[in-house]
Amino acid sequence: MRITAGQSGYEKGAEGRVPSAGIGTDSTGLTAAAGATLSVLTAGRWVTTLATLALSSLLVVFACLQFGAEHIGLVEAVDILSRVLRDDRAGIESVGSTAVILLQVRLPRVLLGFMVGGCLAAVGVGLQALLRNPLADPYVLGISSGAALGAAVAILLGIGTSVLAISALPLFAFVGGLLSIIVVYRIAAAYGHLPVHTLLLAGVILNAIFSALIMFTVSMVDPARSFTITAWLMGTLTAPAYPALGVLAVYFLGGSLILFWQARPLNLLTLGEDSARSLGVEVETVKKIVFFTSALLTGAVVSVSGLIGFVGMVIPHAVRMIIGADHRLLLPASALVGGMFLIAADTVARTVLAPAEIPVGVVTALAGGPFFIYLLMYRKGGQAL
Amino acid sequence: MSDRGILENGFVYQVRRLKFSYRHSAGGQVSRPDEWALKGLDLDVMSGEVVGVIGPNGSGKTSLLKLLAKLLRPQEGAIHLFGYDLGEMPQDAVARRVALVPQDSQPMFPFTIAQTVLMGRFPHYRKGGSLGGFGWESPQDIRLAAQAMAEMDVAHLAHRFIGDVSSGERQRAIIARALAQQSLVLLLDEPTAFLDLNHQLEICRILRRLNEERGLTVMLVSHDLNLASQYCDRLVLLKDGEVFRLGPPEEVIRPDVLEAVYRCEVLVDGHPVSGLPRVTLPGRTLNVER
Repeated sequence: MRITAGQSGYEKGAEGRVPSAGIGTDSTGLTAAAGATLSVLTAGRWVTTLATLALSSLLVVFACLQFGAEHIGLVEAVDILSRVLRDDRAGIESVGSTAVILLQVRLPRVLLGFMVGGCLAAVGVGLQALLRNPLADPYVLGISSGAALGAAVAILLGIGTSVLAISALPLFAFVGGLLSIIVVYRIAAAYGHLPVHTLLLAGVILNAIFSALIMFTVSMVDPARSFTITAWLMGTLTAPAYPALGVLAVYFLGGSLILFWQARPLNLLTLGEDSARSLGVEVETVKKIVFFTSALLTGAVVSVSGLIGFVGMVIPHAVRMIIGADHRLLLPASALVGGMFLIAADTVARTVLAPAEIPVGVVTALAGGPFFIYLLMYRKGGQAL
Repeated sequence: MSDRGILENGFVYQVRRLKFSYRHSAGGQVSRPDEWALKGLDLDVMSGEVVGVIGPNGSGKTSLLKLLAKLLRPQEGAIHLFGYDLGEMPQDAVARRVALVPQDSQPMFPFTIAQTVLMGRFPHYRKGGSLGGFGWESPQDIRLAAQAMAEMDVAHLAHRFIGDVSSGERQRAIIARALAQQSLVLLLDEPTAFLDLNHQLEICRILRRLNEERGLTVMLVSHDLNLASQYCDRLVLLKDGEVFRLGPPEEVIRPDVLEAVYRCEVLVDGHPVSGLPRVTLPGRTLNVER
């Protein structure tokens, strides 16, 4: 009969009882006080934070639309876009070449950049939680190069006619990415989590193997195609056709939603698999969902933009420092910030040496690499960052 | 699924012929008998008991605890929890009945203590049966977490990062998380390992009180034989993956039993207050000539 009291008596037991070494003796007051000040994630804070970030994203998009080989004023850009929304074709044609540049070149490229950055950051968040390492990143871990190898093989076999064709290319990239994720996870599972040195070592080795295979693939194709592959490998955003953008949007939104759906289990998985299990998480299921989705998103992103590094590591890391580790907020916030970061980086890539362009992968690596080194040197292996 | 009826029978755990090897989980085959971490273990745990699991390093204590929490799957034998086959229970159903305080948790991400304790509410959120992880903590969740924090004396640390506090404070936060889980069974792996004397005593008293006031069934693994002797109703002494002796402290904490298992000389006398057995190492002999 003690049990009956025990099961429902948790609250009863706590009331009117003095915690023997507690800071307060009035447990009701303490509960109220602690309850009021517990800085848990509330729906209100979630909405405010994400609304602010979404608004900022819109501002960054408009800011970046202005820059390029030819400057387009903000007023003019807004004017053209509003005409598109009103379906005012005659009005758009009267604007002339500026409208073509904005609508056919700059806007699709900015949208592409936003989604690629968002996907990379979301994948980074998921991988970091599963591998229990805040430095994990699809590029550093060699998952992107696995996906790139898959895509290169597809090109070699002549399945993807052009680099941007959304055909079998993402599928091959997905398979390549999934293979590398499985290898990385096997290594991590042997340790319970992925220690930084193992993470780096696994990444170096996987990257070396995949680079060799990619180079082999490149040497097998005719010069024209090999140039295409090489340029794409460097990580470049080129203006895609709108249908291709639509397909990527499906990946981006679908994949992010799936990851987001696993936000609470991901929170618990950062404690380690045993602790997560003891708190009721079906660990194997969650792992499969997150790995599969990560490989899918990486495959989709790599097949359209090649190897863009460090976005998946730097962005979640920086966002976590500011808004905390709760994945319910961290995931969507990182996706938005990742998108903003990449279009800003791409704007730099296409303006610093205008009219020449540098690959955006160069910009993100130059920004992210030093940050990574800083973390390794000053944050003691990424523990409890 | 109501556990009340089953509780009337009094059995929390019924463990039968439990065999477990880490080689199996790694995909290997067990070729030598000493590769079994547990070799056909039988154990009954009654509701409302405080059971101490003791034994030398590598005797299978932690493996047993992990098997009881369904973190590991046995190769042979069966575990029944409140009459249900543990192997067939969903993980969240286990987590609503059994909370585990692991040996050492190394936080890698900046969660606050409050967030950590609130994670104990997860299995209840999942009661709806969905796999999903989206939703907010209810006021009830927050209240229970705040109570658990007050109980474990970590309420003042609510906003500190779990990685920034001392290991003793972290351990208390993890126990608070287990309390927030509102389970009927509490499993603890070396709960006092990182604690100073004050907090060791504190935790033992809290466990005892939870047991007495709410009928919480407690199983704890400990290297501290004295603590186990003072605070446990029954002790399970493991040796090489088998139960060597099972019974009240008086029957287990005896020089002949301990010497057979630990292979060293020990002194056992009565605790000055409780009269329960107390273990002392022989120490060095001093030539006192006074």
